[in-house]
Amino acid sequence: MFQFVLARVLWLVPTLLAMALVTFLVMHATPGSPLDPVAEGANPLSPDAQKNLAAHYGLDRPLYQQFAIFVAKAVQGDFGNSFVYKTRTVREIILDTFPISLLLGSMALALAVVGGLTLGILAAIYQNRGWDYVSVSVATVGVAVPNFVLAVFLIILFSFVVPLFPTGGWDSPRNWVLPTVALALAPLGIIARFTRASMLEVIRADYTLTARAKGLGEIPVIFKHALKNAFIPVVTLLGPMFAAVGTGSFFVESIFRVPGMGRFFVLSMTGRDYPMIMAVVLTYGAFLAVMNLVVDLLYGVLDPRIRY
Amino acid sequence: MGSWTRGSGTEVSRAAIAVAVPVEETRIRSSSLWRDGVRRLRRNRLAVAGGVVITLLCFVAIFADFLAPLPYTKSNFGRLNEAPSRDYPLGTDQLGRDLLSRMIYGARVSMLVGLGAQVIVVLIGVPIGALSGYLGGRTDMFLTRFIDVMYAFPRLLFVILLMSMLGAGLTNIFIAIGLTGWVGIARQTRAQVLAIKEKEFVDGARALGAGFRRLLVRHILPNALTPIVVAVTFGIPEAIFTEAALSFIGVGINPPTPSWGQMVGEGQQYIRSYWHLCVFPSIAIAVTMLSFTFFGDGVRDALDPKLK
Repeated sequence: MFQFVLARVLWLVPTLLAMALVTFLVMHATPGSPLDPVAEGANPLSPDAQKNLAAHYGLDRPLYQQFAIFVAKAVQGDFGNSFVYKTRTVREIILDTFPISLLLGSMALALAVVGGLTLGILAAIYQNRGWDYVSVSVATVGVAVPNFVLAVFLIILFSFVVPLFPTGGWDSPRNWVLPTVALALAPLGIIARFTRASMLEVIRADYTLTARAKGLGEIPVIFKHALKNAFIPVVTLLGPMFAAVGTGSFFVESIFRVPGMGRFFVLSMTGRDYPMIMAVVLTYGAFLAVMNLVVDLLYGVLDPRIRY
Repeated sequence: MGSWTRGSGTEVSRAAIAVAVPVEETRIRSSSLWRDGVRRLRRNRLAVAGGVVITLLCFVAIFADFLAPLPYTKSNFGRLNEAPSRDYPLGTDQLGRDLLSRMIYGARVSMLVGLGAQVIVVLIGVPIGALSGYLGGRTDMFLTRFIDVMYAFPRLLFVILLMSMLGAGLTNIFIAIGLTGWVGIARQTRAQVLAIKEKEFVDGARALGAGFRRLLVRHILPNALTPIVVAVTFGIPEAIFTEAALSFIGVGINPPTPSWGQMVGEGQQYIRSYWHLCVFPSIAIAVTMLSFTFFGDGVRDALDPKLK
């Protein structure tokens, strides 16, 4: 067990390095440079100014040196200054915005797990009856329709038609509801689909029959015997789900004006803000990798048949 | 209810499938597989409905020039942001352009990206997967490692990165989706080829003197086709989603060419005052994605009843 965890943690290092390298190469192999004027069609800076700026940011060094310097500094948590927000360090921006994205993501994921499990269980118990169709519909819409489109519908329905929630902002918990729902629906749909399928299998298993035969009521049968086993395949979904919630939040954050990391992600990319791009990609990458590890460990805890 | 067990277009579900449903062993098929498939597909009402909508969308996309009441760039500065009226059935946008006409041309972009990108993805993914599975050994190890690294990268994040570096435009969208999308199909193909190349009929063909290319192209690949076809049907909405998402954040299609995603992205900023700007394109995206999902589910169930 310890060895397994250690090996997995050590694997993080080459994975993150590979991600950093790929991102670095994509940034430098494509046409354009951060020294280009920000506004479209503006006059370029004079060659002297470009040279000075390049020297200031270390962009005049050979690529392998730039990458080595980046890695050496990043290890110490220093990602340098943002090219676009010149007065702030990348570290500050990430520390300010990441917790907000994390909160939004965690709430969405919690809603997805609770809602998805509920819908999935209901669908399995009432197979091919009312509840089943409700949960099929919710799940299909959640999975198929992009979250920014869902967000538009949510705003129309719950801000205009029935004015329950504000259209955006992040000041009070009332602002949190719509973005959380918009972000949660896709993973919720997937969890519901898988829970239903795996519940249907488990409900017909011999041990569920045994539980019923010994006189247990419907509720203990479902929750103690069936759900525990049905949950195991669902846990494997959680890993990739973090990725979806993470990238999904770019769109949801921009529609609901959430001051999270997603907004900076897009702005930094279009502005060729090299230090910011690297930091954001690596933050997401590291977060995903850690979450995948947690999910794998959780899997082992839930299912004693798995040994590492 | 076969439309349940596996996900559809989104990134999560694709990754989730890889985790939860290991590729099944291949089975012997009769020559009537495709005819059987079409028969089963026709019995699936949702799939038929999806198919009808998709056919309609293709029709609209092809004949956009005849169907659109006005050119998509024609501005009427006297009538900006107008709500739907008799002159403009879906209203006008910020530049006084007819929303209906822009939506009709938007269908062209969506369908072009959805179908075109899949052609590229198949052209890259199938050969790589097939070679990897057939040759085995070092080539296979190198390719699988590469595929694994690509898988670790959140796909949408990578596509956004590529697009912001390459610059917006239809060609670049094809490049970005092609470069990232082949991974899933390559994985599928490899697993199939790996299983099929051990079958007796392949040995038989080899014994009769079939060369490497003939074996792969005439004997192995045709038998690996079903999962590839299924992957392609799910890849189409994924590509459509990717284009819409990219255009939504402004790194997709270049204006003035209309794209539904871009219309939602621009329109949602004025959702309070001019709801029609983002609602109609949102509905278009939702309907398209749902149609492809229903159709894809139907195709999968029809071709591969075992996967239910």
